[in-house]
Amino acid sequence: MLRIDRATYDAIVAHARTDHPDEACGVVAGPEGTDRPERVIPMLNAARSPTFYEFDTADLLKLYRDLDDRDEWAVVVYHSHTATEAYPSRTDIGYASGPAADPRTHYVLVSTRHHGPQTGLADDEVEFRSYRIVDGEVSEEEVEIVETHLFGHTPTTVVYD
Amino acid sequence: MAIEVRIPTILRTHTGGNKTVDGSGDTLAALIDDLDSKHSGLKNRLVTEEGKLHRFVNVYVNDEDVRFTGALDTQVKDGDSVTILPAVAGGC
Repeated sequence: MLRIDRATYDAIVAHARTDHPDEACGVVAGPEGTDRPERVIPMLNAARSPTFYEFDTADLLKLYRDLDDRDEWAVVVYHSHTATEAYPSRTDIGYASGPAADPRTHYVLVSTRHHGPQTGLADDEVEFRSYRIVDGEVSEEEVEIVETHLFGHTPTTVVYD
Repeated sequence: MAIEVRIPTILRTHTGGNKTVDGSGDTLAALIDDLDSKHSGLKNRLVTEEGKLHRFVNVYVNDEDVRFTGALDTQVKDGDSVTILPAVAGGC
């Protein structure tokens, strides 16, 4: 199951809408070894294409160095499909099954094929689905949207101005 | 001095959980052979049966993607930093 907070979910959907009709892509980082997607990092689609996405090779290096320095990893790798359903394509499965790709990654697919005008994110027609992809096998998983991330953290620090 | 190699999370099963390992060699191919002698199985994950770098893997020497510098023939030397990463891409 993918547990994700509302703000993160909204940020991914907003990115997919903004880049439509090109595919949008990015990661959500979290503490290494955990399943907690906490920090959305939108990436540039170097392919700038409605049918393909690719992290630029230099951006990829910078991203992973940054994650490494913070003891984080990519909990989620997301991208959008802009004309087809939110289901991993053969190409998606190929890359996700690559020898250096971590099978613990959650692959989020967003489809903007029926998305409406950008008037707000509630009740829209953007599909948001999550998968595990291991050795070419795709399994969809439940997505739980947590309305606040506060419950996930102890202790909670409240900072007063 | 040695060449420092950064290992992606999933391949750390070959390195006893270590994020970085040291190796030596004059080329990337020689470096990978050296790493494989100490961390068995690593080469199989990076190099195909045809002896080419796996297409879903990115390798950098310092800041350069080796795809643009000769792939496995890329020259390396002591003090270099090598990073191995999964390529991230896809499409509908």
